[in-house]
Amino acid sequence: MKKSKKYDIISSISYPKEGAMGKTGSWRVFRPVLDESKCVKCLRCWIYCPEGSIKRKKDDSVEINYDYCKGCGVCANQCPTKAIKMKREGKKK
Amino acid sequence: MALKNLPREEPVMQGNAACPGCPATLALRTVLKALGKKTVMVVPACCTAVIQSLYPYTSFDIPIMNIAFEAAAAGASGIEAALRKQGKEDINVLAWAGDGGTYDIGLQALSGAVERGTNFIYICYNNQIYSNTGIQRSGATPISAWTTTTVGGKTEFHKEMGEIIQAHHPPYAAQASISEPEDLYKKVKKAKDIKGPKYIEILAPCPPGWRFSMDKTVDMGKLAIETGAWALWEYENDELVFNGKSKLILEEKIKPKPIEEWLKYQGRFKHLFVPKRNEEQLKRIQDHNDAQWKRYRKKYL
Repeated sequence: MKKSKKYDIISSISYPKEGAMGKTGSWRVFRPVLDESKCVKCLRCWIYCPEGSIKRKKDDSVEINYDYCKGCGVCANQCPTKAIKMKREGKKK
Repeated sequence: MALKNLPREEPVMQGNAACPGCPATLALRTVLKALGKKTVMVVPACCTAVIQSLYPYTSFDIPIMNIAFEAAAAGASGIEAALRKQGKEDINVLAWAGDGGTYDIGLQALSGAVERGTNFIYICYNNQIYSNTGIQRSGATPISAWTTTTVGGKTEFHKEMGEIIQAHHPPYAAQASISEPEDLYKKVKKAKDIKGPKYIEILAPCPPGWRFSMDKTVDMGKLAIETGAWALWEYENDELVFNGKSKLILEEKIKPKPIEEWLKYQGRFKHLFVPKRNEEQLKRIQDHNDAQWKRYRKKYL
């Protein structure tokens, strides 16, 4: 039970937290791997990522957060230059 | 509007309970980028109520009220009235419901709120099924689609929610798709600055509900527009304007792809193709779609 910030009562209010369902990266079967040399910074992966796991850096290049990426593959499918490839998890490199 | 100009803030946090490839979080990210953090959201029973995750945590960094299935628009009306009384009129009130809570169960509350001229935005993310409870048919399910309650395929056509809303003559209504985020952003931004009830409907192709691979979410949205199964339009001051590829289809500048192109990727229409092609039913669906566009041309061209 969580106490309300303002009043001394037990409330049924939920508070925002990153990873409310834990590290959802463990759901992943295929891992998106970014080849930065092919990236043209179009930001399509960033806007199309359902999870928001693709971080947009200051210079509009992108970085994938593997802690929460669920591995759906939308980014790899929408990438116009095929800079993101899906690779099976747990295989030896 | 280029993608570069979209804000960086992310009110939808990572590690939520959405399925991989979920169109609802995809749409909500874009919508909340347009509305900003000064937003109160009302969520009835729908997938988003689950995506919020479990007590005592939530995945959305804005105030949310969860409410009964039929009451999204009624709840939003109450919040809007309370904010108005307190003089906080710069806060957006967003009702965010699925197609079950809009087409079927929430229709009377929505109709009432739009008729009263409540100053709020109602967004329906339309995945054409009750996906949260396990893929049951809704008023938005297209003909012949398999669901757990229409095992041999739905026998009725879906209804046109956009036209029901237009009959209320709201100041703004629009239809968008998750596959066109710039268009969606522009429409929400426009709705934000208009006073009165605003209605936006977003097509949300649901991978487990429509039975397609989860990486095809955006492709399904694009194909729906290219085949004419979904139209992008804006309704303002009693005038309806088509935009994007839908405008080109309306003006017959491009020929829409056959609707089969959209159907064949979805497992819910599989019974039309295997073991034997059901030509009669495919023709019926195509004819219905063609008749729809013919009607649009007659009315809006």
